[in-house]
Order: sequence, then structure tokens, then C-alpha cells
Amino acid sequence: MPIRVEGLSYIYNAGQPMEKLALNNVSLAIEDGEFIGLIGHTGSGKSTLVQHFNGLLKPTKGRIYLDGVDIHSKEITLRSVRQQVGMVFQYPEYQLFGETVFEDVAFGPKNMGVPEHQLAERVEWALNLVGLDIGLKDRSPFELSGGQKRKVAIAGVIAMQPRILILDEPTAGLDPKGRDEVLSLVSRLHQEEKTTIILVSHSMEDIARLATRLVVMANGEIVLEGTPEAVFQHADYLERIGLGVPQMKKLLQALQEQGFDVHPDHYTIEAAEGEIVKILETK
Amino acid sequence: MAMMRNITIGQYIPGESVIHRLDPRTKIIATFLYIVLLFLVNTFSGYACSALLILLAVALSRLPIKYILRGIRPLAFIIILTLSLHFFMTEGHVIFQVGFLKVTQEGVVRGLMMVSRLVLLVVGTSILTLTTSPILLTDGIESLLKPLKGLGVPAHELAMMMTIALRFIPTLIEETEKIMKAQMARGADFESGNIFQRAKSLIPILIPLFINAFRRADDLAVAMEARGYRGGEGRTRFRVLRFTYKDAVALIFVAVFVVVVSIYF
Amino acid sequence: MAEALIKFTDVSFSYSADSPQEFEALTGINLEIEAGEFVAVLGHNGSGKSTLAKHINALLVPTAGNVVVAGIDTRDFDRVWEIRQNVGMVFQNPDNQLVATTVEEDVAFGPENLGIPTPEIHRRVDEALELVGMNEFRLRSPHQLSGGQKQRVAIAGMIAMRPRCIVLDEPTAMLDPVGRQEVMDTVLKLNRQEGITIVLITHAMEEAILADRIVVMEEGRVVLTGVPRAVFSQVETLTQLRLDVPQVTALANRLRQRGYDQIPNNILTIEEMVNVLCQLE
Repeated sequence: MPIRVEGLSYIYNAGQPMEKLALNNVSLAIEDGEFIGLIGHTGSGKSTLVQHFNGLLKPTKGRIYLDGVDIHSKEITLRSVRQQVGMVFQYPEYQLFGETVFEDVAFGPKNMGVPEHQLAERVEWALNLVGLDIGLKDRSPFELSGGQKRKVAIAGVIAMQPRILILDEPTAGLDPKGRDEVLSLVSRLHQEEKTTIILVSHSMEDIARLATRLVVMANGEIVLEGTPEAVFQHADYLERIGLGVPQMKKLLQALQEQGFDVHPDHYTIEAAEGEIVKILETK
Repeated sequence: MAMMRNITIGQYIPGESVIHRLDPRTKIIATFLYIVLLFLVNTFSGYACSALLILLAVALSRLPIKYILRGIRPLAFIIILTLSLHFFMTEGHVIFQVGFLKVTQEGVVRGLMMVSRLVLLVVGTSILTLTTSPILLTDGIESLLKPLKGLGVPAHELAMMMTIALRFIPTLIEETEKIMKAQMARGADFESGNIFQRAKSLIPILIPLFINAFRRADDLAVAMEARGYRGGEGRTRFRVLRFTYKDAVALIFVAVFVVVVSIYF
Repeated sequence: MAEALIKFTDVSFSYSADSPQEFEALTGINLEIEAGEFVAVLGHNGSGKSTLAKHINALLVPTAGNVVVAGIDTRDFDRVWEIRQNVGMVFQNPDNQLVATTVEEDVAFGPENLGIPTPEIHRRVDEALELVGMNEFRLRSPHQLSGGQKQRVAIAGMIAMRPRCIVLDEPTAMLDPVGRQEVMDTVLKLNRQEGITIVLITHAMEEAILADRIVVMEEGRVVLTGVPRAVFSQVETLTQLRLDVPQVTALANRLRQRGYDQIPNNILTIEEMVNVLCQLE
């Protein structure tokens, strides 16, 4: 089992006036090949949680296990953990520093001990995966457009070839076109490269389509967990804690309330279309 | 890194005391006079009197002693160093000997005097920063420098720079933390290696910080222009500093005190 | 009929004009915005919408054609400050607009620049903070605020200058859903309650839908304009422009394409769809 979290609690500014319990006894297990959608309002603790997976934050209480090994024990180095558990922060383009795109993307693999002669291959592979032209590798990353910069930043993390990839709101600040590109890239990673994905987001619609499992957080705790269908059953509760359900689900539920014979457990346009066609055919 | 958020050395503690309410200019000038006093005085009794003035200010400010003492803690190293240097390095009448290290009477006196001056200096200036908010401090400095505009001192621009710097310090600290974490997630190591290696490892933090800072400055300039900013000419102020009789009393008191003590001691 | 507040006539704009890097960002724009309107300018990144916005308060001037704001041509250097008093602008990055160490001081920045007497500044700051609902936060520092709160302070800073129009350039792009709601509620209030003309630059259709009129841009040109219902019914066009439509609208379109003409082409909300299906009984 790749990641297991046991009884994790985390307190910010422990022992000071601004002390805050950010995570309260959280337990979670993540299997290989999953696509986890981690959802919650701002302040629910989702960013704090994922920063424990690669050791950027140390638990106040509880443990994190990677393949059964406590990541803070002597049996494993944090460097090894961070090679296996990659993380893309919000607005990752603000962390670019290389003189060339190549230099920036190579930074991660280099730190992880990839030998010089293999770096070029890695960088090329990563740039390809994010859909950037190889010809850009000698350009300064600061000359690129916002969308391209973000792809360079993501490539920089992917180049380490982590087994598990955490992305914190990777579509933040992007227009619909940019958002689609990033989400399809993440989907590709999941399907083709078999990377386990943990996607942190606010957007129900983004996540619903791609995730195999949803984890919903509120006030530092996991409040709901399961397949998208299972989680969206609790539509009222989700609305109450400030998270919506996908529009299509709301529509189908509303139709069901009006007496129509539809399955309310769908949340994509295609599926909703199917249900409504059924109604129209009976007229 | 989290420690940087909690810088309390000399940081403003809000309050309603007499000292808090004085015009910042009064406090700046008083602090300045006090520093002058410290350098004019050369005897323990002189320092003792200066200390009295400080104690009076501390009492009137109603600040908990622990905040004052916190300001001295970082000086511990310098204090010990100064004392050691003076104790062991001064020629004179030896009163104590450990191995080849000789402690002289003159050394003890000199050392203690230096340290007293240092401590009084730090405590005195921290009363200024503890009781005056950064905004008021910059307002006070701007006001005091304004008469010098004729001599080419850009009072308004300096004050504007200080305000913006103060405004962005917490933001920049947060940003630094974020960048550090992002690079650590890519395997960056800031802790190991010799001093050169560690300096080099800071590049992935410094470059993004700088680039972002320039971008911010650009954005900010455009935003300020959109709000009609075109320099200090013709600007009015939201907050106006007002000199009251309490300020006059305080200033006269401090001035007289400084003169008297410096003459008699 | 009264003269439009903002008028673009055959406006073109090129970055680095007359140089090898010349890039025409706007081509032949004709646009009129009346006082009191709420206009949304919709387009993906690079469509020219931000460039358009910067022409409204003379941060940029056209390379061809002209822009007239409140009767003043934006090329009139001497009157630029008058224009900027009439047209305020709020930007995308909430942090990079706040200059002062406390909220109330920042809101006072604009009036200070206008040379307004101190008592009046205080009045305006109180008013503006009240309007955006940030009064309890007046002594806070910017870094203690959420993104949505920062943007509201930026808006208050503009209101304190009493502009006739406020241009908001992707004000919610960097905010979470709560922040986005706060900002849009404030914007609507300013328009409906205070009668301030609003020009909202965005790529989010949930926001554009709230406007009186939408202007869709692509590659520097206006390609579509009209009321939200009319614009969003053009699902294919918008999809080709890589812009979102409300999911219900896309669904209605797909159903129509399969031959179900009973579904009208201008559905925008879930309620409307439900009503349509109910009425088909």
C-alpha cells in the first residue's frame, strides 16, 4: 500500500497565541493506480494534509507510511520519499528559476541522482508529456506565456518520475482552454504512465469526471469518502458545507423530484443526456 | 522558518498608554536625544540616571517587562564577547587569574560600562518601536524630514518606500516559505554542505523571489497610477499628526534631563 | 439619447508598433458602453480583452482609431487624470494593488492622491468600506486578509474616488469559490444599487451571465455581442472559441442536435430545463 496515514493531527504555531488545529486525527489509505480527488473549502486542511505525504510538514501526532515504512524513521530518507511522491504546488510557475527551460526541468531529476547523460532524455520525455515543444528547452522560462510556464513547472516535477503525484489546484487561474489542457495531461499521466494521482481542488466538476475516489474534508477532518456516485448522494450536506454538486446531478435530482423516472446518479453531460432522452422518448 | 513570522524584537505592541499616545515625532526626537546622552555620559552614575529615565518610560508605557527583556536576549552573545574582550584584554591591576587569562579591575569597569551603554541603547530604541506603529513611525519620519526637502531630501518618496516595504514584508516571508517548500519537494537541500554549497542552494529561492518582486513592483506601479498617484505634490493625508501639550511637556522634560545629566555626570 | 460614457471607434492597437516584434492585439474595435450598464467582456487568454480594458482608463492609447471616455479623448495627455477619476480599475492580483499597511489607509490612498481634504477623506473611506462590507476589517493588515477580502478592499479603494465606471480585469481569476462569490456580489451591488457602470473582463461564464450585455472577443476582434441569453445559445461558436457555456445550455444544445426541437435553444439554468421538460407533458 503506497500511502497510509494513521491518526494524523497537525497544529500550526503550536504553543503560541495563534495556535490552530489544522488536522484532527485524519486516517487515510491510498492504493496504487488510484485517482483521488481531495475536496474541501479553503481552510479545510487539504493542503496541510498533502504536505505531510512528502514530509514537508511533520505530524504533531500520528504517522505517515510509504510502503509500510514510517517516512520520518531512519529507514528511509526524505529525499527518497520526495522522489516517489512528487508535488506540484499552486501557481507553480512562480517557482521557476532556471536560466533555460532545460535547466529548470532538470533540477528535480538531478537532485534525485539521475546521472548527467540521462538528464537530456528525462527532460525531453517530461516536456513531451506536458505538450511543450522540445525546441523551447534552450529558451528562458521567463519568456514564455503563463500557460507554458505552468507546463514547464509541472514538467519539472514529472521529470523525477514519481510513483505518486500530488497536484494542488493545478488549474487555478487558467482559462477554460488552459484548464482542459492541464486536466487532460493529468488524465494521461494516470492512464498511460499509471501514476497514482492526488488532485486537490475546489471544483466539483473538474474532479468528478476524473477521480476514482473522492475524499471530502471540512474543518481539518475527512467528512466523506468514496466513489463520486456515493459521495454525491449527500448533495444536501455538500451544499451545506459550501461545496456544490455537479450541475448535471442537480438537474437529474430536480427532475426526479418532479416525478420523472431518471437515475440521479450521473454527473456528466453525456450521461444526463441519456437519461433525458429516455424521458423525451416516452412522449 | 516559522520563527520568522514571530519577530517580536522591537515589534509594535498596541496599547493606550501615555507613551503610546505621544506624537511619533516626539518619541523619535526623544530617542535621539537619549542616544546622544548615552554617548556623552561616562560614569556609572550617569548610566544609572539614564536607566532611571528608561524605567520611567517603561512604567508609563505599561509594557510587560518580558517584551523589553526579549529585545536583550539576542544581544547575549555580543554582551559576553564584549565583557570577555574587556575583562581579559585590558592592561591594569589584576584582580583574578585563570591560567594565563588575567582579569583586570580596569577591564571589569570598562566592560561593564560598554555593556551598560549597549543595553540601555537597545532598550531605549525598543521603547520607540514597541510603542509606535510602523505607519506612525514612517509618518513621523516623513514629517521630520520634510523641512529638508529644500536640501534635496526626498521625504515623501522615502516614506512611500518604507510604507510599501513594511506592507510587503509579511507577504514576502510567506512567499519565501512557499518557494522553499516547492524546491524541497524537488529534492533541494538547504541544510547540508559547506558554506559555498549552501549559498548556491539558495539560488532556486532567490531568483524566483527577485523575479516575483519585480513583477509585483510593476503591477503595483500600474495600480497606483490607476488610483491617481503622481508623486507627493498636492497629496493630502488620511492621518494627520498633531502635537499636543503632552508632547511639549515630554520633550522639554527629556531635553532638560539630558542636559542636566550630561553636565553633572 | 445621451452620449455613451465610453466609446471605441475603429480602435486598433499594436504592441511594439513599427518594430519586428509588432503584435496587433486589437483590430477594428467598435464599442459603446452606456452609463449604468454592466458589460462583460468574455474571451480566453490572449483574445485581447485585457488590452481592451487598459484602453478604457488610458493606461494604453490606440495606435489607430480613438477612445472617448466621458467626452474626453484618451490621447489627451493633460486630461488623463480626469479620465482616471471617472474610470477606476481593479486588477487580477489581489496582493499587488494594496500599498498601505492597513485596510483603511489603503482605501484612503486614492482620495489622498486627489488632494481631498482630510475630513472628506475619512467620510469617503467609511462609505466605501461600508459598501463592500469590510468595515470590521479596517485596522487589519493586507496579509491577514483572504483573496476575496483583498479584492473588496481594492474595490473600496476605487469607490472612494467616486468614479462613474469601474473596470475589473479578471478580478476573480486568482480567488477560491467563496472569494469569487464575495467579489461578484459586491460588483452587482455597485451596479444595481449605486448605478456605477461596470466593465467586467473575464473568462468565467458564471460571471458573464450576470451582465446586462456580453461582448465576446477572439484574436483582437469582437466576434459576438448581445444579452447573455442570446450569446450563450451560440453553443458551437463558444465551444470553438474554447469558452465554457453553462452545462445545462450545452445539454440543451446536444438534445436539439439529436432532433429534439421541443427543447428551446436559450436555456441557461436548471430550473428552466426542468420547467421545459415538465411542460412537455
